[in-house]
Amino acid sequence: MSSHLAPPVSDADHIIGPADAPVTLVEYGDFECPYCGKAYPIVSSILDRMRGSVRFAFRHFPLTQLHPHAQHAAEMAEAAGQHGQFWPMHDTLFQNQKALGDEDLVSYAARLGIDRAWADSALASHRFASRVREQFLSGVRSGVNGTPTFFINGVRHDAGWDEPTLFEALQAVTMAERR
Amino acid sequence: MTRTDPDSGRASTSLGLLPAGAPAPDFALASGPDRVLRLTDLRGRPAILVFYPADWSPVCGDELALFNELLPEFQRYEAQLVGISVDGIWCHQAYAEARRLRFPLLSDFEPKGQVSRAYNAYRQKDGFSERALFVVDREGLTRWSYLSPVNVNPGADGILLALEALPSNAANIGASP
Repeated sequence: MSSHLAPPVSDADHIIGPADAPVTLVEYGDFECPYCGKAYPIVSSILDRMRGSVRFAFRHFPLTQLHPHAQHAAEMAEAAGQHGQFWPMHDTLFQNQKALGDEDLVSYAARLGIDRAWADSALASHRFASRVREQFLSGVRSGVNGTPTFFINGVRHDAGWDEPTLFEALQAVTMAERR
Repeated sequence: MTRTDPDSGRASTSLGLLPAGAPAPDFALASGPDRVLRLTDLRGRPAILVFYPADWSPVCGDELALFNELLPEFQRYEAQLVGISVDGIWCHQAYAEARRLRFPLLSDFEPKGQVSRAYNAYRQKDGFSERALFVVDREGLTRWSYLSPVNVNPGADGILLALEALPSNAANIGASP
C-alpha cells in the first residue's frame, strides 16, 4: 500500500556512506531474522562495490513474538550506538545470529570496549526500547510488511534482494540521479 | 464514506469487496474447540477483520506476525483484530500456538467460506479466502476495505490510517502520531 519512507533519513539514523551520495539504501531489519541474516553479506558486498556512491541506513523492525531475542539485540545495537559502536555491533549481531541471549549481547558490548555493567543495565532498564519501537512504527507507517524491507531513495524496493537484483536497482537509481 | 487506497488512488471497492459504508454482515464463527465469536460481540469497539488464504503459508505467516506485533497499537483505538480463514479449529489452534498469535483465529469452515463470501472475499476457484482487510466501526459499519494480491502481504499502514479516520477516534484520541 503506502510505500514511501517516513520519516526520511536524517541525522537521527545510523548511516554509513557519504551524505551527498546519489542513492540512499535503507533496510528495516531484525537481527534474529534468518532472511536478514542472508541479506547481511549481500548488503555488505554491495556497499563495498558502490563505495562512495551509496549511503546506507539501518532501522529496527524486530518481530518480537517470532524472534524472542530480536528486541534486546536491537536495544543493544542502540546502546552500542551511544558509544559510537553501532555498526560494529550491527555486524557482530548478524554474524552471530544463533547467539543473541542477553549474556551474549553484553559480552559483545564488552568486546567493543563498552562497560559490561552499563550494557547490562541498558538492557534491564529498557533504556533504548522506545527508540527501537519508534523505528518499528515508522516502518509500519512506511509500508514495511516483513523483514528485510529495503527502500531506495525513499521508495520501497519490492523486487528481490539477491545481490544482482538489488545492485542493479541501486545502479539504475544512481544513473537516473546523475542524469 | 468512500475510501480509496492512499497510494494508488484506486477505489478499493472497485475490486469487488464489500464496500465501505455497507453494514458488515454478522457472523458466528468458532474461535476454538468450544468457543464462538460473533461480530456483534465486538459492537461498541472497532473491529479489524483479516481474511487470509491459509494457516502455515509463507505470506500469511508474515502478515499475521506483523499484525501480532501491532496489537498494542490497535489497542489504542480499542480495536479488536480477528483472523479468518477456512482452516479448521485444530489447525488454527496449532498455528496460533506455534506463532504465538495473541488474537483469535476464526474458522470459516462449515459451510465452507460462507462468511468470506458474505464479504465478497472468497476465491471460488481456489476454495479459500482472499487476502483482504476490513475495518468495521463501533456501530458495525464497514469503514474501509482493501483487497491485496493473494501473494502480497498488505502491511498494516492502511489499517492504522483507517482506524485514525474513524469519527469516534478522531473525537477520543485526536490526531495521533
